[in-house]
Amino acid sequence: ATIEDTFPWSDEVKIDHKSIVGAVKSLLVDEYVASSDLSASFFTLSKEGEGILANGSQEILVLQALIEAGKLSIKDLQQKVGKDVSKIGMGNCMKNKWAKKDGGDLVPVKTMDEVTDDVQAALKTLSDADGAANGMDDKVVTGLKKRKLISQVTRKSFKVTRGPQYAPTRVKKAADLTKEMLDSGAWKTTPFKPYNFTTLGEKVGGGYLHPLLKVRAEFRQILMEMGFNEMPTNKWVESSFWNFDTLFQPQSHPARDAHDTFFIKEPASTVSVPEEYYERVKKMHEVGGDGSIGYRYDFKREEAFKNLLRTHTTAVSSQMLYKLANQEGGFTPQKYFSIDRVFRNETMDATHLCEFHQVEGLVADYDLSLGDLIGTIETFFKKIGITQLRFKPAFNPYTEPSMEIFGYHPDLKKWTEIGNSGMFRPEMLRPMGLPENVRVIAWGLSLERPTMIKYRINNIRDLFGHKVELARTRTAPVCRFDSVLESDQ
Amino acid sequence: RTYTDEEFDELCFEFGVELDEITSDREEAAKSSTSKLSKKELAKFSDAVIYKIDVPANRYDLLCVEGLSRAIKIFLNDMDAPTYQVKKPAGDEATTATKMTVEKVNTDTIRPFVVCAILRDITFTQERYNSFIDLQDQLHRNLCRQRTLVAIGTHDLDSVQGPFKYDARKPSDIQFVPLTPDDKGSFAAPDLLHFYETDPAAKHLKPYVPIIKDSPLYPVVLDANDTVMSLPPIINGSQSKITLQTKNVFIECTATDLTKANIVLDTVVAMFSEYCAAPFEVEPVTVEYQDENGSLVDSYVTPLMYTRREKATVEYCNSMNGIQLTGDEMVTLCNKVQLGPATLCDDGKVLEVTVPPTRSDILHAVDIAEDVGIAYGYNNIVKKIPNTNTVGGEQPLNKLGDLLRDEIGRAGYMEVLTHGLCSIRDNFTALGRAVGPAVSLSNPANVEYQVVRTTLLPGLLKTLQHNKSASFTQGFKLFEISDVVLPDNEWVVTDTIVGSKNARRVCAVYAGPTSGFEIIHGLVDRIMTLCEVAPEDEYMANSAKSKEEEYRVSKEGWTYTIAELDSTDTVAGTYFPGRAAAVLLTSPESGKRIQIGTFGIIHPDVLNNFDIQYPSSCMEIDLEALL
Repeated sequence: ATIEDTFPWSDEVKIDHKSIVGAVKSLLVDEYVASSDLSASFFTLSKEGEGILANGSQEILVLQALIEAGKLSIKDLQQKVGKDVSKIGMGNCMKNKWAKKDGGDLVPVKTMDEVTDDVQAALKTLSDADGAANGMDDKVVTGLKKRKLISQVTRKSFKVTRGPQYAPTRVKKAADLTKEMLDSGAWKTTPFKPYNFTTLGEKVGGGYLHPLLKVRAEFRQILMEMGFNEMPTNKWVESSFWNFDTLFQPQSHPARDAHDTFFIKEPASTVSVPEEYYERVKKMHEVGGDGSIGYRYDFKREEAFKNLLRTHTTAVSSQMLYKLANQEGGFTPQKYFSIDRVFRNETMDATHLCEFHQVEGLVADYDLSLGDLIGTIETFFKKIGITQLRFKPAFNPYTEPSMEIFGYHPDLKKWTEIGNSGMFRPEMLRPMGLPENVRVIAWGLSLERPTMIKYRINNIRDLFGHKVELARTRTAPVCRFDSVLESDQ
Repeated sequence: RTYTDEEFDELCFEFGVELDEITSDREEAAKSSTSKLSKKELAKFSDAVIYKIDVPANRYDLLCVEGLSRAIKIFLNDMDAPTYQVKKPAGDEATTATKMTVEKVNTDTIRPFVVCAILRDITFTQERYNSFIDLQDQLHRNLCRQRTLVAIGTHDLDSVQGPFKYDARKPSDIQFVPLTPDDKGSFAAPDLLHFYETDPAAKHLKPYVPIIKDSPLYPVVLDANDTVMSLPPIINGSQSKITLQTKNVFIECTATDLTKANIVLDTVVAMFSEYCAAPFEVEPVTVEYQDENGSLVDSYVTPLMYTRREKATVEYCNSMNGIQLTGDEMVTLCNKVQLGPATLCDDGKVLEVTVPPTRSDILHAVDIAEDVGIAYGYNNIVKKIPNTNTVGGEQPLNKLGDLLRDEIGRAGYMEVLTHGLCSIRDNFTALGRAVGPAVSLSNPANVEYQVVRTTLLPGLLKTLQHNKSASFTQGFKLFEISDVVLPDNEWVVTDTIVGSKNARRVCAVYAGPTSGFEIIHGLVDRIMTLCEVAPEDEYMANSAKSKEEEYRVSKEGWTYTIAELDSTDTVAGTYFPGRAAAVLLTSPESGKRIQIGTFGIIHPDVLNNFDIQYPSSCMEIDLEALL
């Protein structure tokens, strides 16, 4: 029960060989049969080759014509034997020195007896051997190939024997469990195809959330767990008054240059601010108060009323603290947070865009200290997996003391600046009407940077904007951090 | 002692400056991408090690190597903080060289103030000279705000003749040989400014030209012989040029802000008086302002070298930092951070420190407390969790937004995050809408930042445009929930009206082989279901009565319906005619139908404007209406 070679066998059984190959492959999957590969290499004659086999080579036909006519002009020769034959045959006659030129004519040099048609003979040999070139001179075969008279063909066929699962009748195996099988109970007897465990499953389809906003959701969650209350930051246009002046940022501060801040053409100016408070802020800048010497310059209303796109969410924090100081019943301790967009007129590069998200947290309470700030910051960063922190003295116009936060980043495996922090200056808090020993500790960071580290994104343009690669959104994992729980310690 | 780079980095960190980079001129030149230099060319650059250090923006005394190394040495207790002395010379010089007369009427029109000082018997080396110039550049850049507030002029005192004058004169009357260009002889001021504006060789001076260019009078500093010493804030005269051989230096700072002028002058003097024969000594200059009749109206002596005593209680410094130090310990720490000599008073409860002229950043006791903290070491402070008990919470609008984001994601839409700023074209004309009110920027960085968007749609359409190669056969669905900004002159937040208001929107698009109008329509219905808003009966009349309707939960008095969008609506141009709908909401508050959004098939012209090849539909509705 063996088929030695499926190819000759296909002739015997009068079935197309291709169909047999298909059948063998199908049977192989279920191991009804086993097979070994056979291959045979042989030559087939091109159309031109077949022509030569039947009529002789072009050079013989040309010589014959010349001998018959004695001499022929090229034009006459073409007419006699045809254009194609004449072109190839003439060239080969000249090369073999069978004919020569005589003025405008060609004349034969050899008689028919003096020449042999080697090409026709070689083709015949090949044809008689069913294309097998065994024993033929390589040069001759190469010559024929070069003249495109023959081409090599490799034929694949099989030797087929019985396989381990051989059976006289074939039962087709099922690819999947179907409703019909359940209904009929056929699943009990149906053999199943083995499953390919080395391919990925189907894509799930459906929708996807943006990576940055997944991180935003997680950060919001963390801050709320820490008892922080969200501030209403849906206010992109601000007055310079709230964005800078109330924070005790002098009107000549470089951050208030058009190089850093987007100012508004329309509506260019703020319509109104709380006037009493405005006067207190102005006084603090100009002459100080509450123990401060102030900045000692002329505070300008038009500068305070310049509208801008907020450069930080602290513009909102300032308003929240003002409200807290002036609420009915007076100040009560609070913890606030926000995550929202801010705008900077910066030169854009791989890590800077004109708009980005700022994460900000602040605690307002009596007698808070730098120790409270460090403790709060540590709690927050532990929750996003950063446990080693260092604090560098720094300068912010509206915080004193100020600290830059450096963290040993477990993903980057190095120390890097991860945020900024400080205690709001008395010159900011006192004009709001907050009691003297109320202090406000605050820290902030960008949302983009931790997201880029988390999702291994090198260019911020791949994260924010219409040019992002959507595949990144599709493949982004859920946002979770190796948070360190207090109970673990 | 010698520091390794790591130890130096650590020291910088503790002190509060940042060691940014360790490099050399050669290394910088090799890195420069503009020109590839050969080894031989590179060898011409110095390989002397350069430490690039970031200093806090309010510490002008750390802007030169003299000040920074002095501060760090004091921080390490390697030296005592210097005491600066303003010392009048004996004899005649006091009345001639050391006087500056200001023609107040004239200077008031352009640059009112001047302050001066003289450094006697100074010794420059090339290194010191470079640092002297560099400090002036640094100060000009930040504290002086590109010379608008203050401009520093330094002169070889022996090449000019006191007393000096500060005036503002008609530009054409000012004629002198400037420092730059140094080979073209004398210029009249208007020609000189024109030269700076146009000549590439003077492009570093071009930015300062506009500060005075259009003024009828230009400020000018002159000596007793009317020799022009400087044309502030632009250039000095060549006559008083400082060289390595200069022994006596006259410094003038002209300004529009007198406080800053004094800070600048004090800083320069404090840094470079170190190289005087009597270190840290400076000679004062009397500045007299006179009116048009030559009568004295004001006068003062500079430099102030303003040293004052400030107090902070020991308790306050401890409490701010969360530390427990004794008064005596604080006194020692104050000396480290240049607030010495410090003493204790009021039974040791109050710390009194000396604020030197270099510490113009000290405004309040809090600044003293901070310096105590820095000297103590922030990383030595014991951390604690504040006892502030509060309940966390979120903004209802943000909460609704996040809940809907999850739901719309579940509905098969992909979330995008697009820019709030866009061009007028993208926001209006490309959407087939007339240019309407929007918050516009006065200094857009490029055309993409002309206005704050009033619709989320351009961001989504541009996302489609950038994803042409994606497969649209299954339909491509995008959404975003974010803010737009609308002009609004009545919106009050914190007793403040800025003239605009944010609006939170939800926007979605579908693009595919067919327009997907019903798909987007379905999303609108879905959002309403999620927000507990029931369809009006009439609206449902032609829908197959689904059993699901029996389970619908909705808020009392909240219903919605849709209607064909009025062709005069401001957004109608975005949609294919006859395939645009208005979403109409009735709430108990309004008691009537209010249009809160639209949806429909996007007009082929709009698709073309955004280079989108597939039929698309979109929706955009106001989320705040559904709160």
